[in-house]
Formats: sequence, C-alpha cells, structure tokens
Amino acid sequence: MHELPITQNILEIALRHAEQAGAKEIKQINIVIGKFSAFVDDSIQFYWSIIAQGTIAQNAVLHFERVPVEFTCLDCGTTYEPQEDAFACPHCLSPRIKITRGEELRVESIEIE
Amino acid sequence: MTQKITIVENILSANDQIAQKNRALLDAAGVFAINIMASPGAGKTTFILKTLEALQGRLRLGVIEGDVASSIDAEKAAAAGIPAVQINTGGDCHLDAVMVANALPALPLTDLDLLIIENIGNLICPASFALGSHLNLLIASIPEGDDKPYKYPGMYRGVQALIINKIDLLPYVPFNMDYFRQGVEILNPGLVTFPVSAKTGEGMQAWADWLVERVQTWKQDLSR
Repeated sequence: MHELPITQNILEIALRHAEQAGAKEIKQINIVIGKFSAFVDDSIQFYWSIIAQGTIAQNAVLHFERVPVEFTCLDCGTTYEPQEDAFACPHCLSPRIKITRGEELRVESIEIE
Repeated sequence: MTQKITIVENILSANDQIAQKNRALLDAAGVFAINIMASPGAGKTTFILKTLEALQGRLRLGVIEGDVASSIDAEKAAAAGIPAVQINTGGDCHLDAVMVANALPALPLTDLDLLIIENIGNLICPASFALGSHLNLLIASIPEGDDKPYKYPGMYRGVQALIINKIDLLPYVPFNMDYFRQGVEILNPGLVTFPVSAKTGEGMQAWADWLVERVQTWKQDLSR
C-alpha cells in the first residue's frame, strides 16, 4: 500500500510541470521503475484512477518502463542480471559488485496538449 | 498537438526534501537520530528496550514510536524518564518524513543526544522513505532465514549498520551465515554488523559501545 504516496507524488510532479507549460490536458506520463525499487505498477494504476479524478491528468495513460536489475562485476567487468537467490558474479564468482541499473524511480516525461 | 516535456524527477524527491529539513533540525539541536527497521517478529521491541537500558546514563535518550504493534508505549518510556512520542500511522506500512517532522516538536530536542525512531515492521516500504536520520539500522534475525538480503535487496542497500538478532537460536534453525553475509556484502560492502541476542544480552555491549562512540564522534564533528 506504499504505492499511494508514490502515486500522489507522480500526480503532483506531472501537474506542476504541465501547469508550467500551460497544458490543457496531460495525455501520458512516462515513468521509469527499477525492479529493486519495489513498487508495483498495477497498484500505482489502481490509485491513479481514484486520485487523478477531477484534474487535467484524469485521462492520462501511465506508461511504465520497468528496468531489470543489472550488476557489474568490479573484478572482471561482466554485466549480468542477478538470479533471485545468488548475487555473485557468474563469470568469476567475485562478490565485488556495483549495481548499475534497477534502482530507478522517476517521472521521465509527460505528454501534454 | 501533443507535446512531450522531459522531466526526469525522482518520485520520492518531496519526501527527501522534508527528510533534509528534519536532519537540519536535528543537527541544530545536536541530536543523533537512528531509524530502526525490521520485519515483524525480528525482535525490534526487545532490542530497543535492551539498547535503551544499556545506554541510560551514557546518552540522553528520546524515542519516536512508529510501530502500532509495539509495546514500547510512550507512557512506559516516560515512566523510565525517556521522552517518547507515539506516531499514529493509521495502519500505514512505513513512516515517512512528514510524520517525523510532525513528531519532532513534541520532544525536548535540545535535552537529547540520541533519538531512536522505531519504524513499522516491514522489509519493503520503509527502505524507500528517508526520515532525516543519521543512521539507518536494520535488525535481521536468525529465524527469518538466510535468504532475506536476496529477497529484500532495497532494505539491505539503504542501511549503515546491521544487527543480526536471536543468535542464540543458531543451533536450532537452519541458517547459512556465509550465504547470508555474502548477500549483504554484495548489496552493501563493508556494512558494520553486530550479531546479538537481545534476549540473552550476548553482543549487546559491543553494539551499545559502538553506538555511544558514533554519537560522540558525531557531536564532536558538529561542534567543530
């Protein structure tokens, strides 16, 4: 249920930028969510249909780009998507890893009229 | 004509901004705050009570109680001479920066050295919402199993210290410490870790000493 405050923030961000641009309507909101950020787009969509009512964003399509997790091995440079129960580098077994993708949680852009 | 506007704004930035204000307020009052997170049943309440016991007389303590299911109620803490505020989260799954901002004025901040914030028992949501604390602490526990870093990576990423509680149960529960620690090390290299049993008291002294030193060092740096 922590998607409610997230959804409110998405609405607030979208409305603020739409107003600055003098928009009459927000058609689409493009959102980027990394897998590690632990937010569920279905829940955001559910809250959206309630809280966007009566705003210029009420008919906006929420478009989610889901980013898979990507680890980069600091020893051999391999980039890979970790398994759910094993994180070490599959190539050299090193545990020295940088998380290079998958923690995103941002509004990328809006499409307005 | 549809027009595309690039935004690239972090969805949590509103919360992060309020968390920064909380931090500034705490810094100004010289209060070091810990945000304690754990799953339900990790032994958070017992751990906090034992920590308060170990710190009494060494640091001036305060508590923000966010867990509706906790038994450290504000009255009990007050009876022990510790100022405490209960946050009514209305069934929410995490504390956020606004709740903490609203609770802070109810505490005598300038009379405190350490503020313990007990977050809601949950391994997913609290990780995303910064409160303005100086230290995020996670309490893991042996019966939860050794796979938790792999299942809840966000939580293990965002903390600066880790307690492994209930180590007295290690002989009775399958728990591969090496597997657990490798997951932690990958997500959060060099994370300070204290294996303890809040029940038997094992390891609690080392944790309390570390925390006192950390708070004192922080206060010295602050006054420089």
